[in-house]
Amino acid sequence: MLLAEQILNGLQYGMMLFLMAAGLTLVFGVMGLINLAHGALYMLGAFACAFVAGMSGSYLMGLAASLALAAGIGALVEITVLRRLYARDHLDQVLATFALILVFSEGCRWVFGNFPLYLTLPPWASGAVTLPGGLQYPLFRLLIILVGTLVALALYLLITRTRLGTRIRAGEADREMTAALGIDIAKLYTLVFALGAGLAGLAGALVGTIQSVQVGMGEPVLILAFVVIVIGGIGSVKGALAGALLVGMTDTLGKAFLPGLLAGFMPQASANTMGAGLASMLIYILMALVLVIRPQGLFGAKA
Amino acid sequence: MSREMLINLSMLAVLILTGVIAHLAGQGFVVTLATKAAIFALAGMGLNLCLGYGGLISFGHAAFFGIGGYVCGILALHAANAMPLVAGWSGSNQMLLIWPLAMLGAGLIAVPIGALSLRTSGVYFIMVTLAFAQMVYYFAISWPQYGGDDGMSFYTRNQFPGINTLKPFGFFLICAGVLVVVTAVIALITRSRFGLVLGAARQNRIRVEAAGIRPFPVLLTAFVLSAMITGLAGALYADLNRFVSPTMLSWHMSGEIMVFVILGGVGRLCGPVAGAGLYVLMEHLLGGITDYWQILLGLVLLTVVMLAPGGLIGILSGRARHG
Amino acid sequence: MADPGTDPAAGPVLEIRNLVKRFGALAATDDVSLTLLPGEIHALIGPNGAGKSTLIRQITGEVRPDSGAVFFAGTGITGLGPAARSRLGLARSFQVSQLLPDYTVLQNVLLAVAGASGGAFHFLRNPLKDPRLLPQTLTHIEHSGLSGREAIQVAFLSHGERRRLEIAMALALRPRAFLLDEPMAGMGAEGAKDLTRLLSDLRHQAPVLLVEHDMDAVFALADRISVLVYGRIIATGTVAEIRANPEVRHSYLGGDA
Repeated sequence: MLLAEQILNGLQYGMMLFLMAAGLTLVFGVMGLINLAHGALYMLGAFACAFVAGMSGSYLMGLAASLALAAGIGALVEITVLRRLYARDHLDQVLATFALILVFSEGCRWVFGNFPLYLTLPPWASGAVTLPGGLQYPLFRLLIILVGTLVALALYLLITRTRLGTRIRAGEADREMTAALGIDIAKLYTLVFALGAGLAGLAGALVGTIQSVQVGMGEPVLILAFVVIVIGGIGSVKGALAGALLVGMTDTLGKAFLPGLLAGFMPQASANTMGAGLASMLIYILMALVLVIRPQGLFGAKA
Repeated sequence: MSREMLINLSMLAVLILTGVIAHLAGQGFVVTLATKAAIFALAGMGLNLCLGYGGLISFGHAAFFGIGGYVCGILALHAANAMPLVAGWSGSNQMLLIWPLAMLGAGLIAVPIGALSLRTSGVYFIMVTLAFAQMVYYFAISWPQYGGDDGMSFYTRNQFPGINTLKPFGFFLICAGVLVVVTAVIALITRSRFGLVLGAARQNRIRVEAAGIRPFPVLLTAFVLSAMITGLAGALYADLNRFVSPTMLSWHMSGEIMVFVILGGVGRLCGPVAGAGLYVLMEHLLGGITDYWQILLGLVLLTVVMLAPGGLIGILSGRARHG
Repeated sequence: MADPGTDPAAGPVLEIRNLVKRFGALAATDDVSLTLLPGEIHALIGPNGAGKSTLIRQITGEVRPDSGAVFFAGTGITGLGPAARSRLGLARSFQVSQLLPDYTVLQNVLLAVAGASGGAFHFLRNPLKDPRLLPQTLTHIEHSGLSGREAIQVAFLSHGERRRLEIAMALALRPRAFLLDEPMAGMGAEGAKDLTRLLSDLRHQAPVLLVEHDMDAVFALADRISVLVYGRIIATGTVAEIRANPEVRHSYLGGDA
């Protein structure tokens, strides 16, 4: 029973990571841009949701606002700054997007202050449901799993079945060919970036109901999303999904069960400390393993 | 002497003179600012060795900065409380012993991190180094013995023979001296045969192999040396503040160390001196205007990336960035 | 004393035995055997997609064959990486020139000389002033016709000069065999003529395995030619034999060669 609950927790965490990693990997795959400011978009989404939901009293309005704001700011940043960096080396991209983090984080601190905001769940999404087998599980976490699944499905359909998807795949395969085909590459890039940004904003808004909304919440998640991408293979949405679920599960199950496992070998107190320390390192050990066995990532093309 | 070398030396001279003049004018606070700039410059010099000369964009150097700091802090804490550390030895408060151990600690961690990260390249390398640094960060947070999340203070500065380290100017002289020595060592290394091969590996690893040299050991050596220098800077930084915390290990710190390098000029000997000086100056001046000075820092960085990718020394020496 | 690199009695310098490399269902290299004899220029020709570059990459050590073996100067090198093979004296030039664009001509050649004499791990002496490296470096620069251009950065060299620089770097390895991958690519008629002369001189240093599209150059230079089609060698022989071979005429040269 405990195991089932932790597996669901891992699934929920993985889905949240997927929302982050999908945007990152798309932007890298199509534009070749490494975007550190992706975490800042996640944070902006959370703040937008908390603010609008607080003002309007409607959580759904908050969610819509987070998507719209993150996508809008994403598009704006792409047009004003980032599109000038596609042809530059990764170092310039890292520095510019690091600068954007500073601007967004400090800007947010300036507007909202240092104190965290809290999002309250609407009645229809709160409470627990009884799952088959008698497990009580929070409804909202199930909803996150559902949203993640839907987004994964939608992205799959978008990339394989629509004209936009064809363009994205063409952009991935050959930038010049895409330009030669007369596809307006600048517009396509803005669209892809806004899509990724919107997903990050959505992830922030969803997580804002589980954790507090505060400045700096984005970067730890960003780094986890990097781990996901390294494991899954860069540029691959399928890899992002697999990597996200793997990381989500490993982290959740490790934190839940490692101290208990260690307690079989050592006193409880030191098992707790050791277990917590080790559990926090587990996903990085996983990443190291992938690097040793398959450096291009599980779904990455061989360089 | 080339124009660029002249600029390099004058950067060092400006930093040292700032400290000396501030001391003579009785401005202890400015001396401390110059000390901080010298330490940050040292951290940047370390990163510049692998980033600028070897083309390895490490976004994880805070790990080495922090490890250097923690080694210093732990040794000092044990020495102050006469607490045994290993085999009955209870730490030390002697900088001359602490420094090599801090460098050793950072170097030892850099070997596996570097070896694993070098299995990748390009954008993967950036993400992987960032991730491993985050692992060290979380480890420090979940390790309660040395302060965990809150960090730990040690109440007196470690000692150096013949110099009163508690006087701001005394400590400044130590930091500036270390910086000068390290600058000379890096100048020597980068002009050596090793430096020739390292720069070649940055430009084209296939060519290096065709010349009969495996790039991997060369790049790993550069990475580890680079980590050791940044670790040394971390030990000095811990002594400056008499405090270490996981903040020294955070991704933000990695970003800042990278900013020191890029503001001054990537792959230029004294670029990090210029960059760190500029950073501390901005922190002081802009921080006096607003608490949210990092917004302005962000805008300055964006301007540098867009308009002056060669950094300050690039502008002064009139040459675009190499690499 | 006869140099094993030029003495025909000494057996092959480079020998490839039954190499096989598959990518999925496709056999890019299908049981290929090949020898490079002392003093000769052996040309490897074949249509695009015949598997020339996969074969080259197995000889240089970038790609591991699924089966088969490579021998160089009498020892098996199948398990060695590219750097180790270069150190043994297997020098190569690349289809797309692989130079160090930020470095000068002198620094480029210095790197190659350093690789052949002691490797990278010397931390003190400036290689630009190192008497163990400098004289040889200048000799190789002179032999490849780049004297006077030592201080020029590669980014500012002409195409032909870059080709020459690649050859200077190959010479620096004290090569026992050259592996030249389409050295004529992108050269004008005049440049190609110059380079043909340079390549023909090379064989006095060590035998050359030449992969080339320019048939004029191949027929002018080669002592033997091997034709690779669909991963298999369909013929090996002298220029005259290859010109006369009906299978080669049919599958590669077309009627007019």
